[in-house]
Amino acid sequence: MKILSEKGVQRLLSVTAFSAISALALIALFIFIEGLPFLFKYGIKDFLLSSEWNPEAGKFGIYPMIASSFWVMLGAMLVGAPLGIAGAIFLAEFAPKTVMHIVKPAIELLAAVPSVIYGFIGVVVLAPIIRDVFGGPGLSVLAGAIILGIMILPTIISISIDSILAVPTSFREGSLALGATTWQTIHMLTFRAAKSGIIASIILGMGRAIGETMAVIMVTGNAVKIPNSALDSARTLTANIALEMNYATGMHREALFATGVVLFIVIIFLNSIASVAIRKKVIKK
Amino acid sequence: MIQEKRIKIDIRHLNLYFFKEKILKDINLEISSNQILGIIGPAGSGKTSFLRSLNRMNELETGSRIEGQILLDGIDIYKKELNVVTLRKRVGIVFALPVALPMSIYENVVYGVRLSGNNDKTHLDEIVEKSLSEAFLWDEVKDRLSLSGLRLSGGQQQRLCLARVLAMKPDVILLDEPCSGLDPISTTWIEDALTELKKLYTIILVTNNTMQAARVADTTAFFLMGELMEVGLTKKIFTDPVKKETNDYITGRFG
Amino acid sequence: MRIPPKYTQIGAIAILGAASVLTVAILIFIIVFVLQKGLPILSINFLFTNPSDMGRSGGILPILIGTILLPLLAIIIAAPLGIGTSVYLAEFTSESRVTRLIRFGTDCLAGVPSIIFGLFGFIFFVTILGMGWSIMSGGLSLAFMVLPTIIRTSEEAIRSVPKAYREVSFSLGATRWQTVRKVILPNALPGIVTGVILGIGRSIEETAVVIFTAGSSLLIPTSVFDSTRTMAVHFYILAREGLSMENAYGTAAALIIAVLIVNLSAYLLMHRFIAKRN
Repeated sequence: MKILSEKGVQRLLSVTAFSAISALALIALFIFIEGLPFLFKYGIKDFLLSSEWNPEAGKFGIYPMIASSFWVMLGAMLVGAPLGIAGAIFLAEFAPKTVMHIVKPAIELLAAVPSVIYGFIGVVVLAPIIRDVFGGPGLSVLAGAIILGIMILPTIISISIDSILAVPTSFREGSLALGATTWQTIHMLTFRAAKSGIIASIILGMGRAIGETMAVIMVTGNAVKIPNSALDSARTLTANIALEMNYATGMHREALFATGVVLFIVIIFLNSIASVAIRKKVIKK
Repeated sequence: MIQEKRIKIDIRHLNLYFFKEKILKDINLEISSNQILGIIGPAGSGKTSFLRSLNRMNELETGSRIEGQILLDGIDIYKKELNVVTLRKRVGIVFALPVALPMSIYENVVYGVRLSGNNDKTHLDEIVEKSLSEAFLWDEVKDRLSLSGLRLSGGQQQRLCLARVLAMKPDVILLDEPCSGLDPISTTWIEDALTELKKLYTIILVTNNTMQAARVADTTAFFLMGELMEVGLTKKIFTDPVKKETNDYITGRFG
Repeated sequence: MRIPPKYTQIGAIAILGAASVLTVAILIFIIVFVLQKGLPILSINFLFTNPSDMGRSGGILPILIGTILLPLLAIIIAAPLGIGTSVYLAEFTSESRVTRLIRFGTDCLAGVPSIIFGLFGFIFFVTILGMGWSIMSGGLSLAFMVLPTIIRTSEEAIRSVPKAYREVSFSLGATRWQTVRKVILPNALPGIVTGVILGIGRSIEETAVVIFTAGSSLLIPTSVFDSTRTMAVHFYILAREGLSMENAYGTAAALIIAVLIVNLSAYLLMHRFIAKRN
């Protein structure tokens, strides 16, 4: 019983297929509609480079937030990348296969922990430790960096392991046959071959770190100032939007949307690079 | 009573291109009904491409292009108005690798039948028994029709594929090296089935195994590098071929 | 003096191993910490009572309902669209500018941070379309967010169906849609369902999007245009406003368990799917 003709089905499916790109276009459209006028009204330079964020006085410089986002992301990279890559190398090359097959999915499973819980742990466990050991308010760039670093670990580990495993066994065997140890093979050969995938994973991690909202709100302190040290309180771009959106009106609200525009562009850019790198790797396989 | 032999498929000046490459060169062939036509030739000679043009399966590959005519009962199967779906119901194909669909034996056999909306259970039961019997598989599976087709052995799966095609009541059955992966006993089952079936169907069998053609085919065609070198009664081709290349291939000078 | 490679390797293994252990330990610590404090609070009573005093006491019944309804709505919208897209990409077209555009859109959408979905949902669904803070707004915004996940997993699942099945189906006179319906979708189903489950998981753990689009009402929702909370939102509010550490931990425990169950089932399903395929 053919209710839908073949042609009809094809047409219907082609419509649904455009849903993703339409969604993206819609989102971009509205964020830009709300945010771009502000950028031209206020001036892009002032917006991005001024350090004065004072909505009541009509001052909307987001430089402190840009700096904070940057430092937190950098810190997260410094925490997450070495730990993640090290873990990936160990699991992919040295650990027995069974261990890898249990631990890798376990890490991915643990990655499902919601960001609010990470943030909470940051507040309740990490911040007091920082306060005691280093001084300062505890809720700081450092706390943000550490928590975010942990949050992106599963992404980095997972993709890096896949990249390492994708390196043909013939490479390894050739190297070992020439008398190299596994470690030598890794740092001279395998790592280099898996590099693009590993870098892609780090870029994806960067994207996640910049885009993270809830966890950073909870642990970074949210003070609007350019952080001078890792122990300073700071407010990221995302936190700024989330915290003030609820009561923002008029130009204030537009400024927040403009912040969204900045974020949107940066992250789409980062993710495009990472996607291209990953797709290239997969197709090359 | 001798079946009246008539031309079932008439191939005229068939040229097949794959992008810029010419795979089949000016093939002219008349295939009679109710007999087995064996197609032999070395790898790469275009046998499979030729077979697949007979039910327009070649169109599934991008870059494939045809010139010339293939007439089935007088009608060009490549005419624009012709419904490919109907064509494929009349000209069935059994592939080289036995591919049982991931469903029960019963469902495998009636898959094509259900496509036309035919869902009457008694009718389907009849079709299943008849088709599996014609494929010489009924006795082995009649008690376990709900078993997944994937659980059968290679030889059984291939007979299942044959039954699947028979269930559609086609006019023509194409077989592309159906026994290439099978053990000798399974091969015999299939060959016996084909010998029975030719009484009712027109059968075209591509085979790598010249001996199989000698055993089973009434007429044999020899393809070499995309050209139809020679065609004729099997007995004649194997005992007194016209072309030197035919003789060389059959005697194993090249393979 | 050059250290013999044998020893550098031992050193490397030690360091790398330590890193792995540290990673796993941290992640386990987080889960154990929350569960340890929260499981005692989690009881049938807790789950099925209404909250009182802004959540300082009582249970999380309406929040539980919200946590079920929001992802459900998101999936009801995103699943057909996502599966349709992947079927179209895999079965009805060949690689072309159009398919590359669709894939690009999907990849970009996957990378958009959640706060942007929240902003968009707020401006588009809540304000412009006038749906207000509601399950409807929340569900639609979440649908946009999980769409890429579903498209990706579905497409992978569909592509992993052996080509031979398609050939056989076509040779028996099936159309493309018939082949999809009768052979490909049934075969790819576990993979597709995995994607759907993962989408549900993402919706459950999402906070920013929900707050901006579904609000934070503590009442049991009676229609899709009512506001509601999910467990993630409730936990965030309780913890940040310091309303009740006890209940916060209880909610967190429930949240973690829910998320773990969802992801574990997705993982097991995928595993069975891959095992069956091989």
